[in-house]
Amino acid sequence: MGISQPTRAPEIIREQKEILLSQINEILESYKGEKAELIPILQKVQQKLGYLPEAGLKQIARYLNVPESTVFGVATFYAQFKLVPTGRNTIRVCRGTGCYVRGAPQILETLERELGIKAGETTPDLEYTLETVACFGSCALAPVVVVNDRVYGRMTPDKAKKILARKEEK
Amino acid sequence: MQFEDIKRQAMAQWETTQNSTKPRILIGMGTCGIAAGAGDILETIARELEKAGIKAEIIQVGCIGLCYAEPLVEVIKPGKPSVFYGNLNPELISEIVKDYLVGDNPRPDLALGTRGEGALEGIPKLFDLPVLKPQVRIALRNCGNIDPADINHYIANGGYDGLRHALKMKPQEVIDEVKKSGLRGRGGAGFPTGLKWQFCHDAPGKTKYIICNADEGDPGAFMDRALLEGDTHAVLEGLLIGAYAIGASEGYIYIRAEYPLAIRRLQVALQQMHECGLLGKRIMGSGFNFDIKIKEGAGAFVCGEETAMIASIEGNRGMPRPRPPFPAQSGLWGKPTNINNVETWANVSAILQRGADWYAGYGTEKSKGTKTFSLVGKVERTGLIEVPMGITLREIIYGIGGGIAEGKSFKAVQTGGPSGGCLPASLLDTPVDYESLTAAGAIMGSGGMVVMDESTCMVDVARYFLTFTQAESCGKCVMCRLGTKQMLDILEDITSGRGKEGDIELLLELGQAVKDGSLCALGGTAPNPVLTTIRYFRDEYEAHISERRCPALFCRPLVTYQIDPEKCQGCGICARACPVEAISGHKREVHVIDQSKCTRCGTCLSVCPPRFGAVVATSGEPATVS
Repeated sequence: MGISQPTRAPEIIREQKEILLSQINEILESYKGEKAELIPILQKVQQKLGYLPEAGLKQIARYLNVPESTVFGVATFYAQFKLVPTGRNTIRVCRGTGCYVRGAPQILETLERELGIKAGETTPDLEYTLETVACFGSCALAPVVVVNDRVYGRMTPDKAKKILARKEEK
Repeated sequence: MQFEDIKRQAMAQWETTQNSTKPRILIGMGTCGIAAGAGDILETIARELEKAGIKAEIIQVGCIGLCYAEPLVEVIKPGKPSVFYGNLNPELISEIVKDYLVGDNPRPDLALGTRGEGALEGIPKLFDLPVLKPQVRIALRNCGNIDPADINHYIANGGYDGLRHALKMKPQEVIDEVKKSGLRGRGGAGFPTGLKWQFCHDAPGKTKYIICNADEGDPGAFMDRALLEGDTHAVLEGLLIGAYAIGASEGYIYIRAEYPLAIRRLQVALQQMHECGLLGKRIMGSGFNFDIKIKEGAGAFVCGEETAMIASIEGNRGMPRPRPPFPAQSGLWGKPTNINNVETWANVSAILQRGADWYAGYGTEKSKGTKTFSLVGKVERTGLIEVPMGITLREIIYGIGGGIAEGKSFKAVQTGGPSGGCLPASLLDTPVDYESLTAAGAIMGSGGMVVMDESTCMVDVARYFLTFTQAESCGKCVMCRLGTKQMLDILEDITSGRGKEGDIELLLELGQAVKDGSLCALGGTAPNPVLTTIRYFRDEYEAHISERRCPALFCRPLVTYQIDPEKCQGCGICARACPVEAISGHKREVHVIDQSKCTRCGTCLSVCPPRFGAVVATSGEPATVS
C-alpha cells in the first residue's frame, strides 16, 4: 500500500497546478463540505484528473476543514487512489483465485515482459499503466484481463500479446 | 399512483409480452456475458433480424449461471418451449436466426436445452441437465428471466409483495417471521439474521441505520455481483423490509467500485423506486419513510468487515475497531446499525413473499434455505450456482460442475476465500452447511468455491492467499500486520527451495498467534488457508522442505524442464517460443535446453505438440540431460 515514485518530473506537475486547482474547485462546489464526502470527492477528482495531485489534497482538506494528514491518510489507505499520473491506457490483470489457478501469473509475466515494466508501474511514454486487481468477479472466464473498461476473458499469454499489438496499431 | 395499480399495469405488460405473437430473444448481459462477447451477439441478432425482416423483442437479462457456456441466448417462439443456446459466436447466432426464426429448425445440435411447457425433438429439458437439476433458485429466482432494468418485470413476478405483506405486520412480527425462517447471514459467518435484527430493533434511539454489504471482496467470488446485476430489486426489497423491521429511515449500499455495471443497475433501480413511491415518504401508504444512498468502495478488502465499513462510510480510513459495542448498539455515526450482505437481503424478500415455513422447507436442521456459490477453478462447468444447504461437495463438483477439467484428477476445493480452507478428496462427502464446513477446517464463507487439480501446488496456494491478506491487512493489529508478513516470508522460502526443518511448526505457531492477536475477522481467519493445507497436505510441505521437490511441478525454482532426445523431432517450435532463447538445436535435430538460461516459464512444455510430448518437467531430481 506504499506510494510509488512519481514518473513525471515535478516541474511539469507545477506548471499544470493552476489548471488542476480550478478543475478541483469546480468539483468541490457540488459538495456540502462534510467529512463523509471525503471519499466520494477523492473518487470524483481522480476520475477527472486520473490521479490525486498533492496540491489538490491540500485544497480538499481546506474545503472539508480537516487536517491534511487525514486526507493524505485516506488517500493512501485505499488501493483505488493514485498519487502519481497514470498512463493513457490501464491494463489490469486479475489476481483472484480463479484466475490464479488458471494461469494469471503467466499472463502478468508476459505483459510485464512486453511492456518492460512491473505491475504498479507506468511506461515512460505514459501509454500504459500495468496493475493487478484482487478480483473482478468474472472468475468463470478466468484468467481475466481488463484494458481500460473492456473485459477480456479466457486469456492466454499469446492473446495478451495480441491485445497490446492491436492497441499499437491504433 | 397506488402500488395496486402499478402492480396491475406491470402484470398486464408482462402478460402481453408472454403472449405476444412476436418471438422473444433473451440475452445474458451480465459482466461475464459481456466479457465473453454477448455485445457482439446482440449486434449480430439485431442485424440478422432486420435483414430477414423479422420483428422480435430482444430483452437483456442478467446471469443465468451457466458461465461455462457464455455467451448465452434464449429464443422463445410463440407456442413453443424456449430454447437455450450457449457458447455462441456471431456465425453461430446468424445460423440460428436463419434456421429457427426464419425457418423452423431449432438446431438441436447447437441447443443446450428447453424451458417451459412442451418439448422439442432432440433437445433435452434445461432443468433436467446435471448442471441444473440439483439446483434450487431462491436468491437467484429471477436472474436470467427478467430485465433487471425494468421494475415492472420484478413487480409482475411477485416483486414487492413481500414488502406489502411486511408493512401490514408489526415490525416485531416481521422479525419473528425471519427468525422462524432460520435464515443465517450469507456474508460468511452465518449469524442468525432475525436475532441480529432483534438486537438493533431493541437498541434505544430514534435514529437507526441499515446497510447492504455489497463489498464482495473474496477473490474467486462473484455471487453478489451477479445478483445485483441480474435482479437488483430482490436485494432492495429485502433492505426495505429490514429497515421497516428495525426502524431505520436511512440505508446505505456499500458496493465495490470494481463492479460498475452493478452500480449502474442500482442507480436505475433507486430512480424507479422513487417513481413508484417505494422510496421516500409514506411508502405504500403506510407510515414508513425510507431512503437509500449508494457508497462506492475504494479498493480495500478489509471494508467488508462491519466496523471498517462503517468507518469508510463516515469518510475515514477503513479500519476495524474493537467490539463491543456492536454496530447494533453503536454503529454508523454512533447510532444503532444493522448490516447484512446482498444475498441475505435477496433471501429476506423471498421469505416475506412466500413465508418462513416455505423457506425453512429447504436445507438442513441448522442451516436453512439455499446458498449461492461461484463455482470456479479447474472444474469442467464453471458457473453461478444456488443449491439447497446439505448438498455434498461431491454433488456440487462432480454433478453440477461435471468434474475436473482436462481429464485431470481432483486435489482440493477451497471455500471461504482468504478466510477459508482447502479440503481434500477424502472430505468430498462433507455436506455444505455452516457447522460441517467449519468442523472440516474450512468455512461457508460468502460463496467462493475454487476447485484445484493435481497441477495446483497446495503450498503455493497457501502462499497465494497469504500474499493477498498480508497486502490487505489494514495494519492496525501488530500480529496481523507483522505475523502475516513472517508467515509469507516462510512460505516464499519453502516454495523457492529454501525451506528449513521446523518451518511447518513455526507456521502453525505463528498462525495461532495471528488468529489470537487480531481484532477483526481478516486477521482472525488469515492463517486458515495455511493451517488447512498443512493439516491435509503436509506431505507437500515436507516434499518442498526436505526433498526440494514440488509434487505438482508448479514451484518454478524446484522444477527442471528438459527435452527427451528419444522423442524430440526437431520441429523447432519450442526454440522459437522460448522467451529467453535458452533452447538451441537445428531443424530436424534434437533440441537442448540450456539450464543456466532457462527461467522455467514452462512455455516449451505448453507448445511442444502433444503427438511428440518431448518436453518433460521434473522436480527433486537432477537434470539427466545437460
